[in-house]
Amino acid sequence: MGLVWEGIKQACWLLFTGDAEVLGITLFSLQVSGTATALSLVVGIPLGILLAMKRFPGRSFAVSLINTGMGLPPVVVGLFVTIFLWRSGPLGFMELLYTPTAMIIAQVVIAFPIVAGLTMAAFQSLNPNLRLQLLGIGASTPQLLWLLCKEARLPLLAAIMAGFGGVISEVGASMMVGGNIRGQTRVLTTATVLETGKGNFEIAIALGLILLLLTFAVNLLLTHIQQREQIRWPKPS
Amino acid sequence: MAEALLSLHDIRVQYDEPTVLEVDYLAVYPGEVLAVIGPNGAGKSTLLRLMGLLLQPTQGKIYFHGREVIPTDGFAIRRRMASVFQEPLLLNASVYDNAALGLRLRGLDGRTIEQRIRPWLKRLAIEHLARRQARTLSSGEAQRTSLVRALALDPELLLLDEPFSPLDPPTREGLLLDLERILRETGITTVFVTHDRDEAFMLGDRVAVLIAGKIHHVGAAAEVFSRPINEAVAHFVGVDTKLSGVVEAANAGWAQVRLNGGRVGVAGDFQAGEQVLLCLRPEDITLSAPGEDLKSSARNRLIAKLVKIIPWGAHYRAELACGDSRLVALITRPSFLELKLHEGDDAVASFKATAVHVIRRK
Repeated sequence: MGLVWEGIKQACWLLFTGDAEVLGITLFSLQVSGTATALSLVVGIPLGILLAMKRFPGRSFAVSLINTGMGLPPVVVGLFVTIFLWRSGPLGFMELLYTPTAMIIAQVVIAFPIVAGLTMAAFQSLNPNLRLQLLGIGASTPQLLWLLCKEARLPLLAAIMAGFGGVISEVGASMMVGGNIRGQTRVLTTATVLETGKGNFEIAIALGLILLLLTFAVNLLLTHIQQREQIRWPKPS
Repeated sequence: MAEALLSLHDIRVQYDEPTVLEVDYLAVYPGEVLAVIGPNGAGKSTLLRLMGLLLQPTQGKIYFHGREVIPTDGFAIRRRMASVFQEPLLLNASVYDNAALGLRLRGLDGRTIEQRIRPWLKRLAIEHLARRQARTLSSGEAQRTSLVRALALDPELLLLDEPFSPLDPPTREGLLLDLERILRETGITTVFVTHDRDEAFMLGDRVAVLIAGKIHHVGAAAEVFSRPINEAVAHFVGVDTKLSGVVEAANAGWAQVRLNGGRVGVAGDFQAGEQVLLCLRPEDITLSAPGEDLKSSARNRLIAKLVKIIPWGAHYRAELACGDSRLVALITRPSFLELKLHEGDDAVASFKATAVHVIRRK
């Protein structure tokens, strides 16, 4: 218990004194996972909507791939992204391995199936006739998609939370493709692993707590947005 | 007749193998209410979605104001229509916001929207619910909101897909009467889909009967209900008595038809030997006890056995067997009680020659 208590004290100390390195790692973690989540939304939400609303040859196979992707082990993602970005790999010429970009790529691969899968489930849970009703009173396609997203906002925000939660907390892929280089590719999870390995449990606990607080803060914000009742109307066209 | 507002030409809708809808021609004219009736699964909703440009036909053409609708025009033309569906799916917002949705989608300002919405909220008796959350509404109130949402758009064509079917009878009747009055006063061109004959007869200027994806009969409501074009239509529009027979003799607008259980005189030009189906609506058959002096001009009288008597609202529905033919009569309660007839008794079924609608059998 003494170890945990020391860790909590250390975390508070690091937080309130604004330790430059910890702050840097925290902001970098947010930057990498935030960018990866945003890119996952850009790819995952349209893909989820497409899979939910359209019927086309190969759809079932695509849905199976997405569902499998929702449970991708980060270490496996890290392995394949590393192979692709390795100097002799297919994308080796881009020299991205051990860079923040490589970490973002790996995290997008982890998060986008989660976002796509949950978006698909969110849209499939809507009454199929709602789409026709909205078109039947003159909604354009962008207005229709906006209104459907509004109606599915509870599960959609859950998809964003799950996507962000999945990448902010993963360690395997970031470690493999980022290399945990101090000041360059070190994030909260890889730093925690490193400090634990060195026996610096107080710092490891502190970093873990910061990670928890960060995740909690982001989810608190998203939950607040999710649970609001007001409806914002789409732009006219 | 005026130019059709919207018409369908050689339409076929096919999902995978079975053809869901096959319509050679169907038009709706400005100012009319076209009621489309048919049993469940006949393709009524598919037809309405085609008309509302919410569904692309597998083949065929749709014309709006005489111009062929091409996919790029779909959105602009759809905005000149409004659809109301069986299930009033409202957004998670107030009644007012739901009613205003179509106008908001068109970019109208708040004041104009208010001016357009308020009269309709009042007319459909939901003005007092304007601030209520849609999810707290009863199904009747929700359907009224859905109607306001459509009517406030001032559509050139209003498409109604069984809007009354999820409602309980008193709510349904109230809304039906309100809608009948609104359509009559505004003259909005309307296509109204239903499986309920009474609704179709009440609202429709013309009625189209859709059975198994095909339009069997289109005509004035009274004509379709009293003179159905074939046996399937007769069955669906409530012609319960269908008697098979052969023309025995024919002469100058009159013919005698031999049935299994008797002979019947009918009006019309026929030839001896023709196979025919005689259709009678239950309200056109009068019942009397055998030997009773009937004060009626009906010339056709068939002796039949009373098989079943069912209370039918303000009437009694009597089912009779005459040979292998089956007749159904609808009699007012007082008349029936006066007759003192019981199941198993013989009765005389009388009807006028002109009340018989004859379908020639091929």
